[in-house]
Amino acid sequence: MKSFQWALAVVGLALGILLSFQFRITRDIQHTESVQRAQELSAQVNQMKKDYSALQAQVDTLRTKLDGATAGIGPLSPDLKEELEKAKVEAGVSELTGPGVEVTLNDSNINIRPGENPNLYVLHDEDVLRVLNEIRAAGAEAVSMNGQRLLATTEVRCTGPTIVLNRNKRLAPPYVITAIGNPDTLENSLKMKGGVAETLQFWGIQISVKKMSQVTVPAYSGGIKFEYAKAAV
Amino acid sequence: MTMLNQHKEGEPFMWLGLWLAVLGLGIGIMVGLNIPLILPQAYAKYMSVAALAALDSVFGGIRAAMEDHFNNDIFITGFFSNALLAAGLAFFGERLGIDLYLAAVVAFGVRLFQNLAIIRRHLLKK
Repeated sequence: MKSFQWALAVVGLALGILLSFQFRITRDIQHTESVQRAQELSAQVNQMKKDYSALQAQVDTLRTKLDGATAGIGPLSPDLKEELEKAKVEAGVSELTGPGVEVTLNDSNINIRPGENPNLYVLHDEDVLRVLNEIRAAGAEAVSMNGQRLLATTEVRCTGPTIVLNRNKRLAPPYVITAIGNPDTLENSLKMKGGVAETLQFWGIQISVKKMSQVTVPAYSGGIKFEYAKAAV
Repeated sequence: MTMLNQHKEGEPFMWLGLWLAVLGLGIGIMVGLNIPLILPQAYAKYMSVAALAALDSVFGGIRAAMEDHFNNDIFITGFFSNALLAAGLAFFGERLGIDLYLAAVVAFGVRLFQNLAIIRRHLLKK
């Protein structure tokens, strides 16, 4: 009878050690350097995002102020006004509208077999660049992607699962490219045999081109700064 | 000791055993929390399944005691073999690429709740 009680005590002891060990391991996992670091970094990212949206609001108010100020300068000469409008259109700081196409790009919907490289079936920055290049070659006059205006200085850069435009605008698939230009030319340039759309479709990447009688390309909302380049007169 | 005797004396012995078990649990927790030895985190999965199996055995034991067919040998062997088997299953599952620890989690989890329900009924009946 005595041994039976001792056995129970041993069972209790074993259970206690097991549970407390498990508790400690779980606690240690949560306190690991990498997990803590990730939490810290995500907090930083959130803070930055907040700062960023505050600054963006500041940019917007300053821009409207600037618009008000230029309007208040008084009657510009018609020539000057026209030139200003043209410069604004070329710089991409005015909203434009007109006929064009809407191109939607998304990752492959093919089920990848084990052993295959999933990278081949993911939409990359290079694929987007090829589409943009083709659109521009077909005479697109104004292009935006997911609501971000493409400027002369715009980059398309891979940042993991997202693409960065205009230095800090992070876009995630699906990418909707809106371009103003001749809708037929734009569509044909993308859909020509052996062209961009066909190549991308080979990998299952979803691309659809929609001709539109009216598309709107938003204005660039960030700041434009030339720090090094000066006009060579 | 005859069966009759055991039954008559079994009651206080049972309670003493229970208190010893609780005491053992307390000491075990203290030891486990304060021991400087740290298990690698890779073993966390096996340990967790083993702990679940052990908990299941304990509740099974409590239930058996309430139904008056508690057998000490069955309880103790069940406790250790279930824990080891569950951990071993998780280990081999890992090697084979099968999430066998899920099977252990489900099986023991379901039984744990069943046992708890039966224990609750016994407590309510009293």
